[in-house]
Amino acid sequence: MNWINNVVPPKIRSFLTTRREVPDNLWKTCPLTGQMVFHKDLEANQFVFPGSEYHERMGAQQRLTHLFDDGAFEKVMMPAAAVDPLKFRDGKRYTDRLKEAKSKTDLEDAILVGSGKLDGREVVAAVQDFRFMAGSLGMAAGEAIIAGMLHAVAKKSPFILFAASGGARMQEGILSLMQMPRTTIAVQRLRDARLPYIVVLTDPTTGGVTASYAMLGDIHIAEPNALICFAGPRVIQQTIREQLPEGFQRSEYLMEHGMIDMVVHRHKLRETLSRVCRLLMNGVKNTKGKTSPDLEKNMNGSAYATQDDISDSDITLKPKTNNTSDTETIDIIEAEPVEGTRRFKGNKNDRSGKQPAPKGNRKTSSNKNQKSPEK
Amino acid sequence: MDRAETVRTYLNFEKPIAELEHKISELKLLIDDNTEDSLNSEIDKLEEKVNKTLNETYTSLTPWQKTLVARHPQRPHAMDYINSFIEDYSPLAGDRLYANDDAIVGGLGTFEGQSVMIIGHEKGSDTEGRIKHNFGMAMPEGYRKAVRLMEMAEKFSLPIITLVDTAGAYPGIDAEERGQAEAIARSTDCCLNLRVPIVTVIIGEGGSGGAVAIATANKIMMLEHAIYSVISPEGAASIIWRDAEKKEEAATAMKITAQDLMKMGIIDTIIPEPIGGAHRDKDHVIRATKEAISQALDELKDKKPDELRKLRHDRFLEMGRTL
Repeated sequence: MNWINNVVPPKIRSFLTTRREVPDNLWKTCPLTGQMVFHKDLEANQFVFPGSEYHERMGAQQRLTHLFDDGAFEKVMMPAAAVDPLKFRDGKRYTDRLKEAKSKTDLEDAILVGSGKLDGREVVAAVQDFRFMAGSLGMAAGEAIIAGMLHAVAKKSPFILFAASGGARMQEGILSLMQMPRTTIAVQRLRDARLPYIVVLTDPTTGGVTASYAMLGDIHIAEPNALICFAGPRVIQQTIREQLPEGFQRSEYLMEHGMIDMVVHRHKLRETLSRVCRLLMNGVKNTKGKTSPDLEKNMNGSAYATQDDISDSDITLKPKTNNTSDTETIDIIEAEPVEGTRRFKGNKNDRSGKQPAPKGNRKTSSNKNQKSPEK
Repeated sequence: MDRAETVRTYLNFEKPIAELEHKISELKLLIDDNTEDSLNSEIDKLEEKVNKTLNETYTSLTPWQKTLVARHPQRPHAMDYINSFIEDYSPLAGDRLYANDDAIVGGLGTFEGQSVMIIGHEKGSDTEGRIKHNFGMAMPEGYRKAVRLMEMAEKFSLPIITLVDTAGAYPGIDAEERGQAEAIARSTDCCLNLRVPIVTVIIGEGGSGGAVAIATANKIMMLEHAIYSVISPEGAASIIWRDAEKKEEAATAMKITAQDLMKMGIIDTIIPEPIGGAHRDKDHVIRATKEAISQALDELKDKKPDELRKLRHDRFLEMGRTL
């Protein structure tokens, strides 16, 4: 073959020679059984290896395509966040690492948020992509989660999170740590609006992500055999220098220890999500019909969140609807969550004067007691 | 405490100071009734030199050196603060679910005449204490106790003071088994939801999620040489640099000092420490901390319950947006 290499220009050469990397790219090997599966077949099977049922990690884009009806969704724009505020560099510049990750994944950061329909019902879903710097939580990802959740609040739709993360993005130092409380605030907005927040824990979900919004869902679903933990197995092993138990920190282990509600095969995920969203959204018809202002005023100061928290976005984003069912409430809103988050603030200030001072302020604690009786 | 004073622990970079002070104590042994003036003046000179060196060293500490100071075994810990400025301290224990975790201490008490709830990480100050308090590394029970106390505080309209000093939440099998992540998440959630004032002082190490869990407050203050970080410099060095020896570099790159965090708007106040660090003059730093807490509570005392929650939310949402 050498003479070909010498004569034929490189581009054409590839047509003439069979290269080893071709099968590498096109065929995926199951890490459990070593079985080779054609990549298109694997994708069609939602990246689950037939036979072993090994759940391969899934990219954000594909995740959303599989979730929404006909694979159609609108991307919720990510708000701009400061880039590399610490001017961080280890061997390499952090900005270079970011660039690399962006070109590798075609994502802006580790999170992709989409808005669309799930069995006809509007939902907002966020996916963390592990390929993007290990799905780490930095400022951009934090803003994306917040924007996504507020978008769901604005649309009064359930919020679904597909969690996957190595934890906080260390290159952003304390600012990444601060995403833990920041995202938790957005979770509280969902809670205040009494919208379902469903977390799907996928392999792997660890560190600061598990220790904040990913463990605060109404319902926790895990994919089989996903690593879900606070401290990773290696850290623990270094600390205690003992053998870790079989299946430690895997989905089934967490299920046994009461941290998640169910372990669901990826093929059943969509219908499960659709079902729990439906069940949660169809509760208490009489309160549902009256959505917001009036009702919430009555609830103010009681075991529920303050009106202040709930009705923000109603007023700004959908002045029209008051009385419609969920599905026809809104056509897809143009994705501009950046404004949503700002609006959210400014707006609060505008109206704060109008808020009747809630009377029994302390009563809120009973709320929390009700919500987490198992804790 | 007296015993601790006599056997002072010196950090590596304090060697010149250690030598000088050693010399002084030797000279002092020579003093008797017929001591010459020259000896006394020699001691004075040396003491002056110690002060000067301390001053120079401590005004130009590197982030890694600050990490060491923040972890100094003789640095005052939560109980030192509680014992000196909380009256009628009534410790409360247990999460009502599984166990009591002494890594997080807390209870009711009076701060300047006002009933408060105080919660803090306690590292312990001798071997026995350190084991009892698990070196300030809390289990899920610790965070669940914190939630219990915070909710109680809210129920009875008590302001909350938290003192943060932990290397991080404990990484262990049992901690994971009982939901360390969930416990931390719930505790942060609880801090954010409170409708009473919550004021935090990071008195030593603010280690990652284990710190955030009780440090999500209306006012966040830090001692001058305390650190607050997403991961320990050693951890970052071994993960990012893949070389644990790069901890000094990591400490600098991650911006973990009170001064850096102040610039980034993460904290509100820096509480000055005495020359040579908090461990050289505990009373001094405790007094300064008390004053800072008093001022912070004062600023919050007229806020309405919902306003307190909103202010806290706004403060955190704003974080990093203006960088």
